[in-house]
Amino acid sequence: MSVLEIRGLQVSVDTENGSVEILKGVDLTIKSGETHAIMGPNGSGKSTLAYSIAGHPKYTITGGSVALDGADVLDMSVDERAKAGLFLAMQYPVEVPGVSVSNFLRTAATALRGEAPKLRTWVAEVKSAMEALNMDPAFATRNVNEGFSGGEKKRHEIMQLELLKPKMAILDETDSGLDVDALRIVSEGVNRAKANNDLGVLLITHYTRILKYIKPDFVHVFANGKIVEEGGPDLADKLEANGYADYVSK
Amino acid sequence: MSVLTTNYLTPTGREEAWRFTPLKRMRGLHDGSAIVGDRNSLVTKTGLPKGVSFSREALSPLAVSDDVIIERIRGEAFDVAHLSIDAHAEIREPIFLTRSAGALDTAELSRVRISLGSHAIATIIVENIGETLLAEDLEISLSPGSSLTFVSLQEFDAKSVYTARHHAVVDKDATFKSITVTVGGDVVRILPTVEFTAPGASAELLGVYFATTGQFFEHRMHVDHAVPNAKSRVNFKGALAGRDAHTVWIGDVLIRAVAEGTDTYELNRNLLLTDGARADSVPNLEIETGEIVGAGHASTTGRFDDEQLFYLMSRGITLENARRLVVRGFFNEIITEIGNEEVQERLMERIDGELERAGA
Repeated sequence: MSVLEIRGLQVSVDTENGSVEILKGVDLTIKSGETHAIMGPNGSGKSTLAYSIAGHPKYTITGGSVALDGADVLDMSVDERAKAGLFLAMQYPVEVPGVSVSNFLRTAATALRGEAPKLRTWVAEVKSAMEALNMDPAFATRNVNEGFSGGEKKRHEIMQLELLKPKMAILDETDSGLDVDALRIVSEGVNRAKANNDLGVLLITHYTRILKYIKPDFVHVFANGKIVEEGGPDLADKLEANGYADYVSK
Repeated sequence: MSVLTTNYLTPTGREEAWRFTPLKRMRGLHDGSAIVGDRNSLVTKTGLPKGVSFSREALSPLAVSDDVIIERIRGEAFDVAHLSIDAHAEIREPIFLTRSAGALDTAELSRVRISLGSHAIATIIVENIGETLLAEDLEISLSPGSSLTFVSLQEFDAKSVYTARHHAVVDKDATFKSITVTVGGDVVRILPTVEFTAPGASAELLGVYFATTGQFFEHRMHVDHAVPNAKSRVNFKGALAGRDAHTVWIGDVLIRAVAEGTDTYELNRNLLLTDGARADSVPNLEIETGEIVGAGHASTTGRFDDEQLFYLMSRGITLENARRLVVRGFFNEIITEIGNEEVQERLMERIDGELERAGA
């Protein structure tokens, strides 16, 4: 049983006009097996929350804390956070020219498991992860995210989620740019990871449609850099009907 | 032994062709003060397949040169190491040439000829290794319809000085591909040059270089489109790390008035891995006719992409390994063109080692 605890998190970024505060005190606790949906309008700071937890250098933490099973996440380097059990599925996965998917996956698995996976079992593992996500085997020989369609990038992210087996996953707008079939396939991948690894999920989204496939236990409405309302799955239905207007105008 | 004759013009560093080169570190190769040793270091590494011969003979130069060092070599060295591939021979395994001797207190003036008979196909890999002071006039002749992949690996030890012209003369419908790799030496200056003598010829000049602390590597292309309907591609990628690492890439492409139907593109990309390094990149396209298929060039110089490093590290990969992956990936596109796993892996390991030494 793992717990990710975010307390009073304040984050700013440097801009041409000086430092701008984006997160204004975020409190959130996620336990193994739980799915928390964070919903909010564009520009509310949802992605900043995701990248700050993962340790992107662009963001400066100005207050608060993030702990995974009591360990201070903010004190860790980016790779240490991954080793501690955090995973970020990115909205815009980055191209790495000249590095094949298979080389990348094996390097990551070696880093996270502390030893190189045995070749024979590893090949089978990757093959079944790719099949489960309806991916062409030739995918493994392509360069990381280079020339991938939007859907391929998201499947590649979820394949990593299944292979690398983190304790806590942050999914940053994984649903964006996916058609209905791809959304279903990707969602099934997330649900498998939840079932197999007792994964805790922080699901960041703008729209409610992914929640039909990945059922949240909790819904948090995010606006202007903090959580402004919390509830159960029914809160998502309310957002579907009324939009974010109530929260933005406040 | 003899002293190089000095009745040639000596570069001063003010000439366009010499303005980047640190002449003081050339150990007298450029001004004739180097003492010429008695060595012919180029040898075959393994037995030669049928249809291939290697011998020393007197040959007159294939092409004129305006490089003062090439002129000196031609004035002093009469024996030419000649690797010859018979017409219609298809050599599947790469032919390896390597260096059997070297010295820093004396210079070697080397003349090399590689010739392919008509419709011959071969891959030649030259391993330039060891500690040496070496000036080389290497000429390649491709008969009609022949196809050569020429790989030159500058894997010299730290103090070596190598200055050379690698000149290819490409005849009708012949295909020349060169991969120039420079990862070792103190001063390395190579002129990969191509002239087309008949339509339908094509040349692809690929290269990678990685200079670390104090190293100077210069690659100065010249592609002469003097006939119609020839095609050329140039793609050189370089990385630099450490104080006073300096690389120079010059891409001169000339499309003469008669060269209608020319198709050319040249590209140079540099990755600056630390502060204190300098990459000069000068594409230079001269076009004397508008009746061409295409002509273009691009040059970029950048640093590590933080987003790439973040992405890799977010999967548990350490910063050091993430950098290594990115640099390997950067060079991969060209290194894999060599087509020999053993050589490719050796080069990648050397690149890893250089990266580590430079603390990048």
